[in-house]
Amino acid sequence: MLNYDLAVIGGGPAGMAAALEAKENGVEKIIILERAATLGGILEQCIHAGFGLHYFKEELSGPEYAYRFIEKVKATDIDVKVDTMVLTIEEGNKITATNNVDGLIEISAKAIVLAMGCRERPRGAINIAGSRCSGIMTAGTAQKYVNIDGYMPGHKIVILGSGDIGLIMARRMSLEGAKVQMVCELQPYSNGLTRNIVQCLDDMGIPLKLSCTVVATHGKERLEGVTIADVDEKLCPIPGTERFVECDTLLLSIGLIPENELTRMAGIDLDRVTNGAVVDEYRQTSKEGVFACGNVLQVHDLVDYVTIESKLAGKGAAKYIKGESEKGEYIETQGINGVRYIVPQKINSKTDDDVNLYFRVGSVYKGAKIVVTCGDKVILSKKRPRMCPSEMETVTIKKDVIESIPAGEKLTVRVEE
Amino acid sequence: MQFDVAIIGAGVSGALTARELSRYNMQVALIEKGSDVAVGSTKANSAIVHAGFDAENGTLKAKLNVEGTALMPQVCKELNVPYKNIGSLVVAYSEKEMQTVQTLYERGVNNGVPDMRVIDKAELKELEPMISDLAVGALWAPSAGIVCPYELTIAAAVNAAENGVGFFRNCEVKGIEDDGEYFTLDTAQGEIKAKYVINAAGVYSDTVARMIGDDSFNIIPRKGEYYLLDKSECSKVKHTVFVCPTEMGKGILLSPTVDGNVLAGPTSIDIEEKDDVDTTAAGLKLVSDNAPKSIPTINLRNSITSFTGIRAHTDRKDNDFVIGQSEKNARFINVAGIESPGLSSAPAIGKYVADIVLSLFPCEKKADFNPERPAPVRFREMSTEERKALIEKDKRYGRIICRCETVTEGEIIDAIQGPVGAIDMDGVKRRTRAGMGRCQSGFCGSKVVEILARELGKNVNDITKYGGESKIIYERTK
Ligand SMILES: Cc1cc2nc3c(=O)[nH]c(=O)nc-3n(C[C@H](O)[C@H](O)[C@H](O)COP(=O)(O)OP(=O)(O)OC[C@H]3O[C@@H](n4cnc5c(N)ncnc54)[C@H](O)[C@@H]3O)c2cc1C
Repeated sequence: MLNYDLAVIGGGPAGMAAALEAKENGVEKIIILERAATLGGILEQCIHAGFGLHYFKEELSGPEYAYRFIEKVKATDIDVKVDTMVLTIEEGNKITATNNVDGLIEISAKAIVLAMGCRERPRGAINIAGSRCSGIMTAGTAQKYVNIDGYMPGHKIVILGSGDIGLIMARRMSLEGAKVQMVCELQPYSNGLTRNIVQCLDDMGIPLKLSCTVVATHGKERLEGVTIADVDEKLCPIPGTERFVECDTLLLSIGLIPENELTRMAGIDLDRVTNGAVVDEYRQTSKEGVFACGNVLQVHDLVDYVTIESKLAGKGAAKYIKGESEKGEYIETQGINGVRYIVPQKINSKTDDDVNLYFRVGSVYKGAKIVVTCGDKVILSKKRPRMCPSEMETVTIKKDVIESIPAGEKLTVRVEE
Repeated sequence: MQFDVAIIGAGVSGALTARELSRYNMQVALIEKGSDVAVGSTKANSAIVHAGFDAENGTLKAKLNVEGTALMPQVCKELNVPYKNIGSLVVAYSEKEMQTVQTLYERGVNNGVPDMRVIDKAELKELEPMISDLAVGALWAPSAGIVCPYELTIAAAVNAAENGVGFFRNCEVKGIEDDGEYFTLDTAQGEIKAKYVINAAGVYSDTVARMIGDDSFNIIPRKGEYYLLDKSECSKVKHTVFVCPTEMGKGILLSPTVDGNVLAGPTSIDIEEKDDVDTTAAGLKLVSDNAPKSIPTINLRNSITSFTGIRAHTDRKDNDFVIGQSEKNARFINVAGIESPGLSSAPAIGKYVADIVLSLFPCEKKADFNPERPAPVRFREMSTEERKALIEKDKRYGRIICRCETVTEGEIIDAIQGPVGAIDMDGVKRRTRAGMGRCQSGFCGSKVVEILARELGKNVNDITKYGGESKIIYERTK
């Protein structure tokens, strides 16, 4: 049994930032466990630019962003085990992991940070009819084939989903010589950043079909084409609008799901909307001493925000390990009226800092207000020119406001049009 | 190449027949046109070991179902295949349907099904707590079970191969000549000669029968579509839950699988093309509309995949299995029309067909027949201590390739290197479950491709999903 103060599961930007922050806050023995061959997580395959604008105030590629953290980790005495898969988390913060060098590893830690990231929703999640031939994969899988392994997964491509990964891959595949036929988006708006639509589609001459989806795949062995159709306001395919598009590859970019198998195994409460753990302002979960941050907690838009969140978790873990955690009552947060969820789901009334609430809205709003209330009292009201589901919103609640909230009250956030 | 017996088709029928024949001193070939065993009806079905009350009294279907189901636990034990004797329920939602339940009960008794009972609402609720409140009673058949159909077939083929059966894959039989003593099969891999031929070609068994001029039956392919639900749904379904059968068929069932997922389906639609395994929007909608009728809390949105199976339905009036010597040629044995309960019946079909062969071609038993297929390593089912010991022996069992199903590199190598080993992605998936979980190979796909290429000495761009043109990747990037 190896003993550590802090075990961090996942060596992507979230895990590294949490480990580094804990180190800076005086935690001694820290280990990062990563299942891939290197630290860096999904950033390693994101070779395009656009990372770090908020956090480093300069534009980096994914690997460059990760590299800055990897170098920092190397400069500390934080232990790192790569190619190592965590199998279980048991009572008393006991972890078992495995790799092909050490074999089975058992670790006991005072605190744990969960930073396992997220995975892409596969085809089964939306059940497109048709054949099970080859040539249908998630955009991230294709990205790995092209950017890490150096193989072309196809030549003639249709992309379903206009999230950023889908857009980036449209450009990437075109640059590698593939013909990207179109990007289809179920919603009447794109889920990607505007700059990506311009740079990845418009500049490459790739059409974006809004309110359009893939209803069937065709091909006995390799994919030969897809049937697309327009959808109505309820997002249902409109009969009669079906048309065939030739392609040998269908890339799916249809959403991300936090990878919370271990979290569930550890008996930690999950939020039904985020699919991540229920946490407090330092990202501590329902299990004392277990923290969660990054995309395993909620799917973020930008890695910069992952870093910010993970530092909170690292700091919280350090406070916990040193026995300095606040011991107050919890105030619950609640999103209503267009606000789908809020992270953190609860705030310690004796918190030592201002708290940012992160949330997403359910549809597109123009010129609407975000209103935070506690009972009948309006705590904050802010006008936003535009809000949409693909962009995470945030408001800051001051420490003195939190302290003034009576026990048992809720903080409610809503959209007011 | 010359054999005593050639079996055409390596589905569950062909594989279990091969295993039965491998007990005897005869040369047997198992010939499959696909890139693996279990790629026809056997790949995609309800995976239920039926109790045996569906088939009409006195039919071969009824006899072989009840016998096969009784043999299944022992066969699965010898072959180290997971089998669970969970029992099945036919649920009635009205007094009229209770009459159907009663009819099924009586038919079951006549077929020799053991221990069935007609139960009331209270007992039903106890057995299946999440069942709809509209249910009024059910037929409880405790002898029913579940099994993994492709694992059973792979294990039977491996065991047969270890007992001397020759396995030929990517080997479609295109024509058959007979000189009175030997048949000459014209295959994708050249000529194969055999004294006796067993036609276990599934939906193509009519095509194969035509090769010797036997046109006594036609196969009408009948589609069945399913949803496979995430393991998070498995606490909601304890037994196989049928609705009452109607003229339209057995209806949409819900059943746990041996791997802890839940199956919802199948539909039942006659189709034109025998290899049309496309799912359809209409079919899937039928499943998702009907599945919650039995268990209202079932959440079809937790599906991880959907798929289609093809039943080999015959146009014969009696609706029975077509098993026996062809009227056109006594050395040619049909094993055709093996639709449900073909999986349940398979152990009995194997024995029944072996008896026919032995009656024509008497043979001694082999002294060294080994009925056991060693259990493959299953890292995910091991205790911490077992895992430690395993990795100590071979470090490759310490490297997890498939995260969702916890499959190690060692297990994947075993699946490729063993007898009747995997040569493509689907082959690895069916043997190890790598790629069968929530992410459906999103993460591990590229690693499995690499391991396949390395172990088989091939280029990564020659690795396919299931043979033919089902390539995964093309050339190197620039
Ligand atoms: C939707 C559905 C649900 C079912 N549910 C159940 C159930 O719950 N319980 C149950 O007991 N049964 C069930 N069944 C029935 C069961 O799946 C079948 O009875 C069984 O799998 C048939 O096996 P087989 O070996 O006869 O045919 P197949 O599995 O179809 O095998 C035939 C093989 O022959 C090969 N072949 C064909 N032509 C040639 C050729 N010319 N040369 C070489 N090879 C050839 C094919 O590639 C194939 O691999 C179900 C079937 C379906 C479709």
